[in-house]
Amino acid sequence: MSSHLDHLGRPIVVVTGIGVVSSLGRGCAENWTKLTAGESGIHSISRFPTDGLRTTMAGTVDFMDVEPMSAPALSFALAKTATQEAVDQAGISAGDFPGPLFLAAPPVEMEWQHRFALNADAPDSESEGYKRMLAAAREKKRQDLFELFQFGTTADQITETFGTKGLPISLSTACASGATAVQLGVEAIRRGDTGAALCVGTDGSVMTESLVRFSLLSALSTQNEEPSKASKPFSKDRDGFVMAEGAGALVLESLENAKARGANILAVLKGCGEKADHFHRTRSSPDGSPVIAAVNRALEDAGVTVDEIDTINAHGTSTPENDRMEYNSLHAVFGDRIHDVPITSNKSMIGHTLTAAGAIEAVVSVMTLREGLIPPTINYTNPDPDIPMDVVHGEARSAPVKTVLSNSFGFGGQNACLVFGAAE
Amino acid sequence: MSSGERKPVLITGIGLLSAAGEGGDAHRAALAAGKPLGLTSEGFVPYTVHALNEPDWSAQIGRRDMRQMEPWQRIGTYVAGLALDDASPRDNRLLDRMDMIVAAGGGERDIEVDNTIMDDVRQGGDPEVVVNERLPNDLRPTLFLAQLSNLLAGNISIVHKVTGSSRTFMGEEGAGMSAIATAHARISSGQSDIMLVGGAFNGEREDMLLLFELGNVLSHGDGTVPVSQREGKDAGFHLGSVGAFLVLESADHAKARGANAYGELTAVKAGHGGRDGSALADRLSGLVVDSNIGADVPVLSSGTGLPDLRKAEQSALGDRPVRHVGTVFGHSVEAQFPLAVALAALELQRSATFDGATQIGASAVGSWRSEAVALLTKVKEGDAR
Repeated sequence: MSSHLDHLGRPIVVVTGIGVVSSLGRGCAENWTKLTAGESGIHSISRFPTDGLRTTMAGTVDFMDVEPMSAPALSFALAKTATQEAVDQAGISAGDFPGPLFLAAPPVEMEWQHRFALNADAPDSESEGYKRMLAAAREKKRQDLFELFQFGTTADQITETFGTKGLPISLSTACASGATAVQLGVEAIRRGDTGAALCVGTDGSVMTESLVRFSLLSALSTQNEEPSKASKPFSKDRDGFVMAEGAGALVLESLENAKARGANILAVLKGCGEKADHFHRTRSSPDGSPVIAAVNRALEDAGVTVDEIDTINAHGTSTPENDRMEYNSLHAVFGDRIHDVPITSNKSMIGHTLTAAGAIEAVVSVMTLREGLIPPTINYTNPDPDIPMDVVHGEARSAPVKTVLSNSFGFGGQNACLVFGAAE
Repeated sequence: MSSGERKPVLITGIGLLSAAGEGGDAHRAALAAGKPLGLTSEGFVPYTVHALNEPDWSAQIGRRDMRQMEPWQRIGTYVAGLALDDASPRDNRLLDRMDMIVAAGGGERDIEVDNTIMDDVRQGGDPEVVVNERLPNDLRPTLFLAQLSNLLAGNISIVHKVTGSSRTFMGEEGAGMSAIATAHARISSGQSDIMLVGGAFNGEREDMLLLFELGNVLSHGDGTVPVSQREGKDAGFHLGSVGAFLVLESADHAKARGANAYGELTAVKAGHGGRDGSALADRLSGLVVDSNIGADVPVLSSGTGLPDLRKAEQSALGDRPVRHVGTVFGHSVEAQFPLAVALAALELQRSATFDGATQIGASAVGSWRSEAVALLTKVKEGDAR
């Protein structure tokens, strides 16, 4: 019995299923092959015209056959595909997932195509855009659009499809959302509320307006000429992140639950840590204290020391600010050992999948543990001398990996870290 | 922290802002009076909304931070400050480890920019060309930060220094239900000692009216018909501007710092699913049983005024006395369940609506999905405020 409890007497949480979709492809196998071969999924945008936009590339997922296309429809398709893979791998019966859903989903709004369509439907008695749309809505209810743009819709659809239990939680902690979804699942299992939890992060929201919004904040790379080279975490000439799409899904279970049903254990979710920052809406505290606290809390929660961390799956967005801040904070936690711990950023290849990033990187962390192989950070040809870390580059590195730290940070002072350990 | 032990969860701070103004006394009295507040159609004809009774924002938010926020964030940040002040003198060490869950939708769009783009296209402009030309030039760069769902929590961290943790739940009414339920679960299991939880909603927005009109859930009446009687053109809800935050705390933690409570949040149960036939009523009945809401315990409903949903709720609540908070304050989506829970706590502290009640329930049925109930219990004299 006690072998099912962790160092703090809580139920041990394990991963029994993983699934992923990114611009590199569908499924863990295809993504892992390409991630370890150093392939980029970033390309010029073809989904919509980019004339007049400062950034014209992204890691869009263009192979999902979503019709009609919209951010919530694509976000659902991505989440469903990743979840199906995770649930299949866990060996959980179709449509009857024995626990709650925690879904990191992008905040979605009505899109321009819908506004124009409602405007075209409007009576001529109104002239202003919103008055026209409201008149059109009064005349001809559009339950389809209402449901499409409810923030709870994607979670509702995943719940319906996979039969998760109870009120699903849709959440956002900006670019840390995927990690927060995992954390909520861990907490529910540790409370004994459930033996299993489905934790998913999804984002299919690359469109003109979202691109413009990040552009106006000067957050995006504008190195459009060679899209595959634009995302260059920890490089001296990095100039912003590259927006991308994808989904990651994890089936978490208590060790007891997993053993009882004879499930294959992929990894142990050893610990989570978070800390909010009150410094600024988009920038981190200059002293890094909230990130430092989040990493330290994750290590304490996991019951591991910095010496036990074999590799770090970095947040590594390729923005000037993030990568420097991440290094400074890790240096504070790891001391000089930070120069020797292999670190990598999956975002160099798949871009920044925003809401989904933490979940996708959690999936990659599990694969790293299982394969003993650390995917490279591509485009690391011009290292930033102010970030002296052992950035895995060139090709994937073989290493015995027993423990991985995965970092996720977001606008609004969000910092969340996860620690994964190898299955015993 | 084993799954067996459950700690009592107390409500030790409340912050409210709505058409009734701010603070517990104003809201307790408004609920007791039962009359719709703040009704206006100005700018929204033919819709009627419950407009905010604006506070002196500077009491909680500095001028520089104010400029960074849109109304929904101001409401939430202001009210979070009220709840924190109510729970304790500001103590940075406490705020540094205080956990937070915010129920949020998205922020206001720039209606003028949107209208200009739609107008350009109506005049014959190519939609894609107009969008690509207008958005980069016309959108305010920082508007995005006033729209992102998690930036209400972000502003609360910045303005009030709540930084133990920060999570934002989305999903309309269900976000408020999950937020209260998760906060309760974390404290009762020992995963957290003290949490700030709640939501904020600006009901004076055409983009929100549009979203809900598409689903045919808005009332087309003048807002004077109580939620309990809405039928025909009155069926549905009037949006209301509301901020509702609570400080939840374990009894041990409250005792150790000498904090008194409005009441105990005894149980919170939430559900989800389709609504065909009796499915909704059946699930709600199950939640009422699971929460141990006695047969004569009065209930504050945060329901919507949609007749079918109201009937399902009524059948689950049976003969219990029910008051609909939406009649007075309007419907505030993510903030509506936190509002009902906060009002129930105020009523336990000093009854004005349900004479001498020692337990009060709160119920919620989202306009499209999600349902929840909560049970609150009076605490013994020495622990009460």
